[in-house]
Amino acid sequence: MSNNMQSSISIRDLKLSFGSFDVLKNLNLEIGKGEFLVLLGSSGCGKSTLLNCIAGLLDVTDGQIFINGKNVTWEEPSDRGIGMVFQSYALYPQMTVKGNLAFGLKNAKVPKAEIEKRIARTAEVLQIESLLTRKPAALSGGQRQRVAIGRALVRHVDVFLFDEPLSNLDAKLRADLRVEIKRLHHQLKNTMIYVTHDQVEAMTLADRIAIMKGGVVMQLDSPSIIYNRPANKYVADFIGSPAMNFYQGTLDKDNNFRGDGLSLSVTGYPFEEGRVAQNQQVWLGIRPEHIRSADAAQQCAVQMGAIVELVEPMGSDTQIWSVVDKQNYRFRVDGQTEMTEGDSIRIGFDPENLSLFDRDSELRL
Amino acid sequence: MKNLNAKIASIPMIFTALVIFVGCTAWTIYHSFTNSRLLPNNNWVGFDQYERLWDTKRWIVSVGNLAIYGVCSLVISVIIGFVLAALLDRKIRFEGVFRSIFLFPFALSFIVTGLVWQWILNPEFGVQKVLQSLGWENVTFDPLYNPDLVIYGILIAGIWQGSGLIMCVMLAGLRGIDGDIWKATRVDGIKTWKTYIFVIIPMMKPVFVTALVLIASGIIKVYDLVLAQTSGGPGIASEVPAKYVYDKMFNAQNLGQGFAASTMMLVSVAIVLIPWAYLQFGGKKND
Repeated sequence: MSNNMQSSISIRDLKLSFGSFDVLKNLNLEIGKGEFLVLLGSSGCGKSTLLNCIAGLLDVTDGQIFINGKNVTWEEPSDRGIGMVFQSYALYPQMTVKGNLAFGLKNAKVPKAEIEKRIARTAEVLQIESLLTRKPAALSGGQRQRVAIGRALVRHVDVFLFDEPLSNLDAKLRADLRVEIKRLHHQLKNTMIYVTHDQVEAMTLADRIAIMKGGVVMQLDSPSIIYNRPANKYVADFIGSPAMNFYQGTLDKDNNFRGDGLSLSVTGYPFEEGRVAQNQQVWLGIRPEHIRSADAAQQCAVQMGAIVELVEPMGSDTQIWSVVDKQNYRFRVDGQTEMTEGDSIRIGFDPENLSLFDRDSELRL
Repeated sequence: MKNLNAKIASIPMIFTALVIFVGCTAWTIYHSFTNSRLLPNNNWVGFDQYERLWDTKRWIVSVGNLAIYGVCSLVISVIIGFVLAALLDRKIRFEGVFRSIFLFPFALSFIVTGLVWQWILNPEFGVQKVLQSLGWENVTFDPLYNPDLVIYGILIAGIWQGSGLIMCVMLAGLRGIDGDIWKATRVDGIKTWKTYIFVIIPMMKPVFVTALVLIASGIIKVYDLVLAQTSGGPGIASEVPAKYVYDKMFNAQNLGQGFAASTMMLVSVAIVLIPWAYLQFGGKKND
């Protein structure tokens, strides 16, 4: 497998079925050495299942998995050269932190001096030296997850798998540990696969994000491409908070959009290559931050009058829910805004920032 | 005074507990030092009853039987219960059916269990008869008629009845263990049996304590099983302390002797329970 040398993990035509239900459908994925890949999706999309297949905790129905060029499809998890971190930490409660870190190594008959060395090094990297003699019950959630990461670290493996590691932590700790995981990745340069349903974690950590739905990868790209040029309507809707505004309408041969009270020319829109201009039913999507209001709206190509329906102050910025011709327009303004419910305002946007999707295939135009 | 209503509401139960458990126990202990026969009296005779008790062959045999039955049933019930639970926990098919089958004996009374096993172990129409009619003419399997083996015959019935409940307790404990722990041990490369011994069983300590208390309480009061299977025979070979107490008090009109024997049973329970309670509740303060 010489063409495989650049890939750390390579997944080919992977299929997994429970009875007649296909959880993963002919999935292909190439993950580069040292890459941080995030599997993102809502619950039930198959992201954790895929991770468990890579780890070897689930037997695949069909297809192959290569790690570092070696076919590991039927290898035991411990022989695949992976370390794994779980949502519930999964520490061994009867053992001290040191015991937790050493248990797997002792079992693999690693020499005692080597174990000591690795534990000391890991504890230093994760700053858990002072916790080594404690039991998991005496640790906070953040400390427990740090020990769990340590248990993956001492294995000296190339690939780390994270299964929603921060989901059990409160918001503050989650942000702290997220930064620490990113720092760890910069420091160790291991391949990391990270499963989450939190788009903030995905956007901030990933080199590439794989958005999954129904056992299929919908889009695999860098966070900025996923955000700015979503490949289909599902991805566009899933990423971004508040969600993208969508309007249905028709696009004629001369690239004029008409529908849901909107009538505009989208000639400035960066269409995908190879598109043939034709009459078609489309979705038009606008990100909330691309809708301008008040004075800024005056410079926009498309302008209209709106009524403010709801104001949601978030501190640093404020989300406005407004209505034009019974259509909702969500957008974001500065946190210091004076807008209140019932105000009449002007809003506008530019066609370059839109996303257009075919109504049938829901693919980006 | 906090929770006054709750305290008032619990007065009847406190009163009952004091009178029935503490009061009657004290009364029994006191009268074990008298020469009460058919009716209790106050003729103090010191340790006479106890000396007679420990000179009685039947009592010595009873205590020996209880020791054998107790140790064996404790160890075997825990092992069988845990192994069955571990097997059921491996996501097998028809788990519900197996669980019902294993738990079913627990739904029977000891009298029924005793009679059933008396028939199974009866050489005239039980296992021995079946084996002999199949061609093994010289096979003898009649534990209930052999004074050296009779207690093991009773033990089989006791374990058959009790293991299902222990299995259920153990299964509940196993189900309470986070699935991620199993995944973590597989990633660490720990073999299944090692995972059970070094990770799972230590995590199930409270479940094991519960199981031991359940088994121990069954052991100390074993009585009806013996009555149904052997009535203490052959001879006195399968006598147990609870039966000795009952016979002395209600058949031999010898209350003093019965009280002394039941006091000895209380002492043996206390010897087991006091260190356990000390470890369980006293140890907490040091944490």
